[in-house]
Amino acid sequence: MSTLSALPAMPMSVQLINLMASLMLLIAFAMLAQRRIRSLIYLFAWQGAVLAVNCLIVAWYTGHGELYLSAFFTVLLKVIALPLVLHYLIRKLDIQWDVETLINIPTTMLAGIVLVVFAFNLALPISQLAGTITRGTLGIAIAVVLLAFLMMITRRKAVPQVIGFLAMENGLFFAATSATYGMPMVVELGILLDVLMGVLILGIFFFHVREAFDSLDLKHMEKLKESGE
Amino acid sequence: MNGSEIAFTLGAPAAGAVLLALYGDRAQASRLNVWVSLMTLVASALLAMRVVSEGSLLAYNDAFFVDSFNVFLVTLTAFVAFTTSIFSRPYMLNEQAHGRITSGRLRLYHCMYQVFVFTMLLVLLTNNMGIMWVALEAATLATVLLVSLYRTPASIEAAWKYFILCSVGIAQALFGTILLYLAAEKVLGGGGNALLWTHLNQVKGDLEPTVLSLAFVFLIVGYGTKAGLAPLHNWLPDAHAEGPTPISAVLSGLLLNIGLYAIVRCKVLVDGALGTPFAGHLMMGFGILSVVMGAFFLSRQKDVKRMFAYSSIEHMGLTTFAFGMGGPVATFAAMLHMTVHSLTKSAIFFAVGHATQKTGTQMMDQIRGLIVTNPTIGWGMMLGTLAILGMPPFGVFASEFLILTTAMREQPWAAPILLVSLAVAFAAMFSRVQAMVFGETTGKRLPHAPALIPVFVHLALVLMLGLWIPPYLADWYRMAAKLIG
Repeated sequence: MSTLSALPAMPMSVQLINLMASLMLLIAFAMLAQRRIRSLIYLFAWQGAVLAVNCLIVAWYTGHGELYLSAFFTVLLKVIALPLVLHYLIRKLDIQWDVETLINIPTTMLAGIVLVVFAFNLALPISQLAGTITRGTLGIAIAVVLLAFLMMITRRKAVPQVIGFLAMENGLFFAATSATYGMPMVVELGILLDVLMGVLILGIFFFHVREAFDSLDLKHMEKLKESGE
Repeated sequence: MNGSEIAFTLGAPAAGAVLLALYGDRAQASRLNVWVSLMTLVASALLAMRVVSEGSLLAYNDAFFVDSFNVFLVTLTAFVAFTTSIFSRPYMLNEQAHGRITSGRLRLYHCMYQVFVFTMLLVLLTNNMGIMWVALEAATLATVLLVSLYRTPASIEAAWKYFILCSVGIAQALFGTILLYLAAEKVLGGGGNALLWTHLNQVKGDLEPTVLSLAFVFLIVGYGTKAGLAPLHNWLPDAHAEGPTPISAVLSGLLLNIGLYAIVRCKVLVDGALGTPFAGHLMMGFGILSVVMGAFFLSRQKDVKRMFAYSSIEHMGLTTFAFGMGGPVATFAAMLHMTVHSLTKSAIFFAVGHATQKTGTQMMDQIRGLIVTNPTIGWGMMLGTLAILGMPPFGVFASEFLILTTAMREQPWAAPILLVSLAVAFAAMFSRVQAMVFGETTGKRLPHAPALIPVFVHLALVLMLGLWIPPYLADWYRMAAKLIG
């Protein structure tokens, strides 16, 4: 009790934001270990939802009107539209019940923890300079980006790799919110548009991949190497 | 109206993309593609004339910015996009005649071609560093489906690699942009204006140096992936080799320049904030690594388009190195090199495109005797290769000579590395192209006569730039060099 009271009291806003940040990190780790494609998409939708709630909390406590709009678009795109598109795709491609064999989940998790430590060290000098109430979460934002990157490296299938890419974008969005209360609106809208276009184009592309290789397993894609032509 | 030229320059490809999305599968679509590109070129020429007579231009609430640095790139982009559309007409008709693509895919091709040109021009013209990122990512997305246009397993793999590597790379640049905004917001306040380059440039001395140096690391990695800098170049040879040749020409000739342009814009800000040569050193490091990797991998290639793709990596490395060195002479040389490399490399890809279409293979040991079966293609390829290898009197010689002499004076450690790499590239490329051009062969004619005028127009321009640089162009280069520092 005495040690607890020695800590400076954190305002409610910071506590809530920290809670959201820890949920982000938790979901990022869950995605790293998730084998089922369907569950992976649900996790992605949850990550979007946490992102939107975080946006709302920051908007409420700082009075940045633009962030309400960001939260609205985040819900629209990352919680509703993209998961729907992804679910539609895996149903069409008939890979709904696919279970990926991930080698060595414990090692991946350990690597993830190392990345988190690294991310906090990287964020330290930046967050000291940021004047936002959310600056403490910048380390987590970078960690989410790095964990998504790790996920992309460890996956051998096309759809999970794309989800990894989208999770990375979520992390970057989170970083923008915690370092600067979000980018200017026009830029943010542009980024969301790019993400949407990207997923739609890849949706078309998946069908081409399957047509050419009879599967969405990327192990078939190792022809273009330097030595063997 | 102020800045109406900018609206036309961006509007022409945007309107063209919509039109071609609707009618791109008609027989005359490829002609429409040429006309749209011509309009873009005319608009950009008007823009250039305006900038020549009135100086830098800010338009539409400072959203667009044109100065002597980007105006020459705008004109170059519009010009190469126009000549490529001329080349692409018979090329794609031949591909269709060979049954490699359907009319539906031709529509996709034409539409995406214009979208691609639009996004590149937007990167160049926008004043907002955030929009610059958005447009560059859009340029990647527009070309993913073009690289995989033939739907062969190899082309699909190349397109996948291109998408994943470039998107992950450019995500780093987004983080860099966030950091830039973090630093800018402290000085300029929040809101849309804090990412405008002209505003940032005015206050660059007050930007937080720690944040900016960290931001630059992310920005150079991100945009460097697009510019094809080693060790982030892996997507480039595959995308060039597997996509249709007109796309290889615009990827090599234009997209790489655009990536480098973004890096240089950032460098100006970072230099101002730090007051140290940190950004320049980083660029020199990436540059010299790319020159070495490009030259040595080039000598191991069997596929002709892959070989020229590695040559692009080498030349982008050289340009990045020159920008990194800084100073009026090196920056001048870097911009000249950007120009002549674009012109020469796209000319080479035009010639290579027709050669591979004629012989039906991209393997260099199966392409022989171009000079016999089609002298214009053969000469185009030979002269283009001599130009890109830096033989006098072509323009590449002038720019490489300037870069190397400056390097000997300012960075003596780098000069021998650059010279050895250039020599390796020379030996490897010259012997291969010589065999392709002068070897023995039996070939057959193509159903649609190739468009070779673009090849020789480009090479004539490169020759001219080697012998005489028009005074207004030299002025642009000099003004831009002063700006970049």
